[in-house]
Amino acid sequence: MSVILKAENISKQYRLGLVGTGTISHDLNRWWARIRGKEDPYLKVGAVNDRSTKADSAYVWALRDINFEVKKGEVLGIIGKNGAGKSTLLKLLSRVTIPTTGEIKTRGRIASLLEVGTGFHPELTGRENMYLNGAILGMTKAEIKAKETEIIEFSGCQRYVDTPVKRYSSGMRVRLAFAVAAFLEPDILVIDEVLAVGDAEFQKKAIGKMQDISKGEGRTVLFVSHNMAAVKNLCTRAIVLENGTSVFEGATDEAVDFYLSQNKIQESIPLTERKDRSGNGDFLFKDISIVNEKNENQLNLLSGESYKIQICSETRVKQANLKVRVQFIDNKGSIRFLCNNYFVDATAFNLEATKNNVIEYFIPKFPLPKGNYTIQLSCFSSDGLQDDIENALSFNVVGGDFFKSGKEQISKEGVLVDYTFKRIN
Amino acid sequence: MSKLNEESWLYTISSKKKLIDFNFKEIWHYRDLLVLFVKRDVVTLYKQTILGPLWYLIQPLFTALTFTLIFNKVANIETGTVPPFLFNLAGISIWNYFSTCLTTTSDTFKSNEAIFGKVYFPRIIVPLSIIISNLLKFGIQLLIFIAFYIYYYTNGAAIAVESSLVFFPFIVLLMGFLGLGIGMIISSLVTKYRDLKFLVSFGVQLLMYVSAVMYPLALMRDKLPNIAWVVEYNPLAYIIETARFMLLGTGTINGFGIAYTVIITFLILFFGIIIFNRTEKTFIDTV
Repeated sequence: MSVILKAENISKQYRLGLVGTGTISHDLNRWWARIRGKEDPYLKVGAVNDRSTKADSAYVWALRDINFEVKKGEVLGIIGKNGAGKSTLLKLLSRVTIPTTGEIKTRGRIASLLEVGTGFHPELTGRENMYLNGAILGMTKAEIKAKETEIIEFSGCQRYVDTPVKRYSSGMRVRLAFAVAAFLEPDILVIDEVLAVGDAEFQKKAIGKMQDISKGEGRTVLFVSHNMAAVKNLCTRAIVLENGTSVFEGATDEAVDFYLSQNKIQESIPLTERKDRSGNGDFLFKDISIVNEKNENQLNLLSGESYKIQICSETRVKQANLKVRVQFIDNKGSIRFLCNNYFVDATAFNLEATKNNVIEYFIPKFPLPKGNYTIQLSCFSSDGLQDDIENALSFNVVGGDFFKSGKEQISKEGVLVDYTFKRIN
Repeated sequence: MSKLNEESWLYTISSKKKLIDFNFKEIWHYRDLLVLFVKRDVVTLYKQTILGPLWYLIQPLFTALTFTLIFNKVANIETGTVPPFLFNLAGISIWNYFSTCLTTTSDTFKSNEAIFGKVYFPRIIVPLSIIISNLLKFGIQLLIFIAFYIYYYTNGAAIAVESSLVFFPFIVLLMGFLGLGIGMIISSLVTKYRDLKFLVSFGVQLLMYVSAVMYPLALMRDKLPNIAWVVEYNPLAYIIETARFMLLGTGTINGFGIAYTVIITFLILFFGIIIFNRTEKTFIDTV
């Protein structure tokens, strides 16, 4: 198979902080260096892109020396944590901006499914927007016309197609936008986690369509996602990015394992010292533990038993309407279930500034089947995201007798729920 | 890799910026987008207004009326044998075309940030669509001018169409190019230095007064000979004066002035395209 896309030593440098008065002097310095035929003086500086450490340079490398090749018909996954450089890479690939050094060569047209609905005009009808959006994405009028009925049908907005888009519900807008993008036929398609659009029915349709695109139609696809299950399902090869550099390249399964094992290393560090967190920093998680009825710490759990999730935190300022979310994630990256005080407790959770606050979730019948799981801890307040840690804790479920029947129900997806069986006659 | 193979790349996304990097084939590929942008601009501007496209006519009419009252009746500016209202209407229509082209184009990067930040298409499509959709508006305004022209003509006003009127589209195009060129330069700089945004809105206003919109060029030479050069070297003033000469047979033009204007316009346009081209590649990092 021939190489359709090739990235050679691409790097992207960004300037930190505000574009202010310093900009002109830097611009002049650059210009002066160029006139004398010297190298850009600011290319030598720049720190590794580690979001959580304090910057000592005004410049940062969002991507550094990335090399890869994509063969025709290949589905390449790009995985990495938040801020690893995935979006920057996509921006470069979709030609929104150019790399600071290096080059990307391609033999086919690239189109991206980054964020759907770009360029919708509220006053135009669905049909008019369909044409406009298609043209923005690089289709000609004739191409769109040829697929008009298919697109409208796929979107499921037949009735509203001649109504201005401003009257659409947000879901309908997304459906229409996705439909247009899905019928694009570029040589290389770049997809960035658009899976989370629309209602369940449409999501299923969207994922199905993406599978068709990547598998059935033999198109070259670059797929960026956090969803390890989707990556495993769709991709033939994957790249793992970390802090702007490519740390692994190879078969999908190995890449996913590598990515997950990297996260494992993080777990051995206590929560208070973890740097890989996002949020505004006023509220910090300090510790999380799972305890059984006898208040003993547990990491090997049994399905059907009762457990308490105890979370210790501190807050520097007074907080109102806190939502503490505990997500239980399996080794494919899917969220199996979550706990959130907002849903179970009618009263608002407010906190005064405190060094030590402990909360507890009680799960009377632990619903996860056998497997390895991790917990993602997030806290939101009225001001937005306060703190968020992926892989705050990992634990195993080693078995268990959920139904008290002496048998164990094994399931790769979902959770165990109570149900009964009865013969009527 | 063999030489042949190296050349078969469709395109390269590179850090190197060429001085002029203009892919006409690509722009041609996106021609439908240009048409759709024009259609969008024209159709959506007056949606949910009662008077609709009539606003295209109301604006120049009332401005011309005000100008006639203030500059001609109160300030006694002489427009020769031409009815002052018609004189002003001609000037304003042409001027409006320039000023809307300039102000809208100069906002290209800022107002299209959302689209530009996500999808690639040749950015020049947007300013091009702006001058075309404004050309349509200008066409409508020209119709109202013709209506008044016929009215004054049948009432015996001393106005005459010059044979040079066949070059009128050329003059309009020149005006559009000038607006496009200056607009592109400003739009490129404004992505980094927002100061320019404030300069544009008030600069355009000031520019009108040195562009011979509401007075003939000769009047300036006559009344303020010391600073008349400001107006004389202003290509805009020359375009407006020429347009009036073609439409109404008033004013003074010469070959040197026209050549000067054409050269300046194309220099600005050329410079505008270069700087726009350079900016479009990385503006999303600085906007």
